[in-house]
Parts: sequence; C-alpha cells; structure tokens
Amino acid sequence: MKEVALIYLVTLGLAWPLGRYLSWLFGERFISPGIATVENGLLRLAGVNPNAGMSWSDYARALLKLHLLLAIVIFLVLSMQQWLPLNPDHIPNMSWDLALHTVISFLTNTNQQHYSGQAQLSYFAHTLGIVTLQVVTPAAGLATLVAILRTLFSNTQPGETVSVGNFHRDLLRSVLWVMLPLSLITSLLLASQGVPSTYQGATEVSTLQEGTTQTIPLGPVAAMVAIKQLGTNGGGWFGPNSSVPLENPTFFSNLVETSALMLIPMALVFMLGFMARRHRLGWCVAGVMLGLSLVSTSLNVFSERQPNAAVAVTGIQGPNMEGKEVRFGTDLTALWGSWTTQTSNGSVNGMHDSFNPLGGMSELMNMFLNVTFGGIGVGLIGYLLFMFVAAFIGSLMIGRAPSFLGRPLETREMKLASLALLLQPILILGLTAITLAVPGWAGTSNPGPHGLSQVLYEYTSAFANNGSGFEGLGDDSVWWNLSCALALMGGRFIPMLAPLAIAASLAGKRPSAQSRGTLNVDTPTFAVLTLGVIVLFALLSFLPALVLGPIAEALRA
Amino acid sequence: MNSRTLTATSWFSALRLSVVLMLLCGGLYPLISTLLGQTLFPEQARGSLVYLNGEAVGSQLAAQPFSEPRYFHPRPSAADYDPTGVSGSNLAPSNPELRERVTRDAAALSRQENVPVEKLPVDLVTASGSGIDPHISPEAAALQAPRVATARGLALEQVKQSIASHTRAPFLGVFGPTYVNVLTLNLALDAAEATNP
Repeated sequence: MKEVALIYLVTLGLAWPLGRYLSWLFGERFISPGIATVENGLLRLAGVNPNAGMSWSDYARALLKLHLLLAIVIFLVLSMQQWLPLNPDHIPNMSWDLALHTVISFLTNTNQQHYSGQAQLSYFAHTLGIVTLQVVTPAAGLATLVAILRTLFSNTQPGETVSVGNFHRDLLRSVLWVMLPLSLITSLLLASQGVPSTYQGATEVSTLQEGTTQTIPLGPVAAMVAIKQLGTNGGGWFGPNSSVPLENPTFFSNLVETSALMLIPMALVFMLGFMARRHRLGWCVAGVMLGLSLVSTSLNVFSERQPNAAVAVTGIQGPNMEGKEVRFGTDLTALWGSWTTQTSNGSVNGMHDSFNPLGGMSELMNMFLNVTFGGIGVGLIGYLLFMFVAAFIGSLMIGRAPSFLGRPLETREMKLASLALLLQPILILGLTAITLAVPGWAGTSNPGPHGLSQVLYEYTSAFANNGSGFEGLGDDSVWWNLSCALALMGGRFIPMLAPLAIAASLAGKRPSAQSRGTLNVDTPTFAVLTLGVIVLFALLSFLPALVLGPIAEALRA
Repeated sequence: MNSRTLTATSWFSALRLSVVLMLLCGGLYPLISTLLGQTLFPEQARGSLVYLNGEAVGSQLAAQPFSEPRYFHPRPSAADYDPTGVSGSNLAPSNPELRERVTRDAAALSRQENVPVEKLPVDLVTASGSGIDPHISPEAAALQAPRVATARGLALEQVKQSIASHTRAPFLGVFGPTYVNVLTLNLALDAAEATNP
C-alpha cells in the first residue's frame, strides 16, 4: 500500500511544476527567442507558414492531413521492413491487414498490438515507424487541447474571424519542448536499470544448466519504452509489455514507468487552471479526476490481493499472482492496471486477462469513463465535452437558457456533443454484438462470461484508444484487424475534433452578461454535477454488458 | 498570432512536415537516446548478461529453464522460458484449464520438495506475466533450499546464506517486495563449487 501512495505522491509532485511549465509554454508568456527561432526554422523547412492563424476546420484538416500522410509512409515501412536497413534479426514483412491495423492503432495513440514487437518488427520499423507516431500523436492531442482552451477562454468579439491557433506550431512545440526532452531523460533512467539500449541484434547464450540455448532480444528498447509511457501510448517492445524484465527490470524502473504514464495527463489538469486563469476550475476538475482515480485504484488493489479462484481450490494461500511478476507483487500491478486504463495508456506490467473479475471490471469501467485524467489532451477534451452536457442540463434545471462561460449553448453545440458521446456505446456494443453473433469470428480463449468480457474489453480498449487487452484473444484476423481499426478511428478523431468545433462555435457568439443566476462552472456543485453526468452516462450505456460479462463471472466463481 | 489571415495546409507541405517529424522523432531521438544509454550504462544497455569463466551464460533479466535438483527452479512459464516468445498464460481465474494446471503443478511440486500442497508459496504455482520472470519470493527459495543442499552435498545453512546474499532488499529499505534472482543464485553456487570442490 505504501508503494501505491509513494507513486501517487511522486507523480502529483512532478505534475504540478510540469503543469505550470506547460501553461508558460502554451500561454506564450515565457517564450524565449531561441524557442521561436528553432520552431520557425523547422516549420519553414517543412514549407508551412508558422504564423498564420487557422479556423477550427483548417486546424482539423491540417491535423488529419498530417496523420494520413504519416499513416501511408509508415504503412509502407511496415510492409517492406524486410528490405529496409536496421533489421539484424531478419524479420519478414507484415501482412497488409496487420500492417493497416498496426498503423491505425498507433496513429490513434492507442497501441493495440495484434503482433509481438520483438518478433515481428525490425529496429527500423520500431523507431522510424512506431516511435514517430508515439511522439507525434500525443503531441497532436496536446495541440488540440491547447487550441480548444485558447478558443474557449479567449475574448473573441462577435463578428471577428475565430482563429484557434496554428496547428503546426502547437504540434511542433509539444514535440520539441515537452515530448522529446521528457522522453530522453526517462529513457536514460530506464537504461540505467537494464532496459536494452543498443542497435546490436539479439544475443545467443548457452544456459547455465547444460543443453539449451537462449536468445536474448535486444534493441533500442529504452527509447521506445520511455515515450510509450509518457505519451499515453503504451505500445511496448515486447508482447507482454512492461511485465517483461527487459522492459521493466526493477522497482525503480517500475516507479519511473508508472509515474511517466500518469505525469502529462495530470499536468494538463494543472495547466488548465493556470492557462484559463481559473484556479478554482483547475482544482474542481483535478478533484473529480483524482477522486475517480483513487476509488478505482483502491478497488483494483483490493481485488488483486484476493486469491485467484483457480489457485484457491488447491488450498494454497496468497494473492492473485497468475500473470504477475514477483518483483512487483499484486499492489504495483493493480496500480499500473488502474492507471493505464484511466489514462488510455494501455501498457501493462501484468496480464489483465488473469486479473480477478472485480479488477478486470474496474479497468473496463475506467475505459468507459476515459476521463480519469485520460489520454494526453483527449482526456481533458473528453471532460470538457461532459462539462458542456452538464452545463446544458444544469442550466435547464435552474431554469436558465443553457450557456457555458456566458456563451449560449444551442442546437449546433449539443448536436456535436451528442455525436461524440453516443458514438461510444454504438460502436463498442454494436461491434461486440456482431463479433459474438457470427460463429468463428470471436476467437476467445476463455469459456463462459469471461469470453464475452474478452470481446467487450477489446472494442472498449480500441474505442478508448487504450490498447491494453485481455490478451488471450486470437485477435490477429482480418475481421478483428478491420473492425478494431474502425473503433480506433471513431474513438480518436470524432471525440477530439467535435469539441474543437464546439469551442470555435461558442467563441463566435456574443457573450451574455453574467448575473447571480448564471450557472457557474468553477464551483464544487458543478463538479459534482459533471461527475454525475459522467458516471450515469457510462452506467446507462454499459451496465447490461457488464452484468453479462465480469459480474456474472464474479458471481459464478 | 501575428497574422489574422486563416490558411489551409497544402498536401505537399503536410508531406514535408511528416518527413521532418519522422527524422526528428523516429530517427534523431532514438539515436541520441540509444548512443547515450550504451555509453553511460554499457552493461545494462546490452541485456545485463552474466558470465561464467568469461562466457555469457544468460541474462539477469531472463529466467532459464532449470530442472536439475542441484539448481533452484524458476516460476512456471507460459512461454517455455523463451525470451523471444515472451507471454503470460492469459487464463482467467474462472478457466478450468487454469485450475487443472495449478492442481497438476502443485501436486508435482509437493512431491518434489516433500511439503504439503497448502504450504507451497503462490508464486511457484502461478505463471508470470512475461514467462521469463527471473525472480522468486524468498519463501519459494527457502522451500527449495533442502533439495539443492542435498543434491550438492552442502550444508543447508550454507545454501541459506547464499539465498540471503542474493535476496534483493526493498527499494530504500521499505518499498516493494523482496525477491531472489534464480540465475545469479545458481551461478554463485556453481562458482563456489568450482573453486572449492
């Protein structure tokens, strides 16, 4: 338990100053001429105008174009890795559907992996392909969040063209001054603990007990592990991710990796308070998220301390160690499992498929909510979306015309918000139902309710852009690859760009005068209302599916 | 923003930006990180290998399939201790397959170590997440000590001392579990045997 408290405190302690720094960086109050010169140089090299403002739709288009082109180039890299350099272990090309799923998975900051990295990707594909997306996609999420906050809290006058900022500058600023420096420091800390950091190929050794040999896979692992943790991406070098000792060797490396996965999402909430110059709003949002986080983490820690039902029948005592590593024990694995599903990170340091039913359910719940800090940028964007809905409902409850920060919430805004919110149950439940209905498509490895949980978890994870899985699932098939690709893209781009459109639309409206009767979003009351909307929405959508899956499993055991 | 003109991005400049980002994030960053990593931490960066008589016999970070009685044994592996095929069992607690496996392993272990099933430490009957967990709990090591001592003709105390010196203390003395590295422990026992036979 004290380990869990330690990691919470370390992360909060680091997130606060980082949030302050981010607000300086993006509030443009602290930009040294050097920073701007480097950015301008690189942007001119790319041939884009670094100073032009963009409308929300130009911003979104710039984002989508960049993503599409990165996807095409990296799809080609994966499909041709056999003929490209840096492939010391002679790894063959990927099949088209697996390469497509892999690209989309990383393009959406997800890391759902239907392959095992150490066996199916060359060093070239790992670094130039996967690492690029692992750095760029969280930066794009952060850029979009900054654009939304800038627009929401600006003083645009009606009739003025609404500029949400410049996508390329926001993106590059996140990459250069946030993602890359943090990754470099983290990667060196990890290398010091034993995470491989070399371009040398795998080493073969003869084992101590004679007669067998063992191949130790190596590679530029530390660089990738650092950004997969920091970038709420989660796609590891090895199939079982950070449960593998070569990816997460010690208690200290685990502390670094666990903190890194929560660091930026937490810092962004603090950034909100500083950037909007509304500290009470920052504390309210942080309070709701931290509350949800603590409840869910406690539940998971409690669950995994219970014996595994399959072990308990033999009379052996002890917590659920199936799929967990001795150097972490159950508490640290449960903490990671909770955080990774809260933040849409998706990396693991133990196998979620073998968690006790209650632990697995708390993780599913985290992904349904997906706003307990959430993915970089998108977590807070998702929370804003719920704030719009809560403001709409709350205003109606007190008999006011719905408004947010004094600007009227009308049909267009609520239509966009509903689209972004309703897509989640439609895609997750719809795809789960289709997969289970067609014989031979599901590929589940566990019988009974847990089989249903496996399918539900996979689509939930895809839509939440999380990427963890109940990994026993036989998910490298054309159906799984294509249907997950759909859930991945739906879950990424629509909930991320719809709020940008809402923010721009609100900024173009005439603000009404604030009076004592206006709904104030900076209050604990409003925070509780938002929490209620979030939890009720998830329960109404997913309770029936939870009853058929993990709850039935828990009751049967 | 200096200028209030709103602009769209051309496909060509988006492509150029993609290339710049790939070189920066996927080329330069891993290169700098990897070069620095292997310069500062040469041993760790190349897989934390352990040596016997100058020859690499394994990595501290990968369990090996020890089966002889003179060696301490690692936890069960769903990956056959193959670091290139790492995997957990991914069996749910409700899966009958898991129950059968645990029951079978526990019975075999109980015979082998000559203790009742209920006394077995839980980490020795559960498969790790990676399939190459190099560690066991101190209880799991203590359980195996009598067998190892007998097979090597050593005093039990001597083996227990070896375990103690290969037990990793909690971080800062208080945080996290204590554990024993199976490979380095076995290696130390072999090395001691080689020096005073």
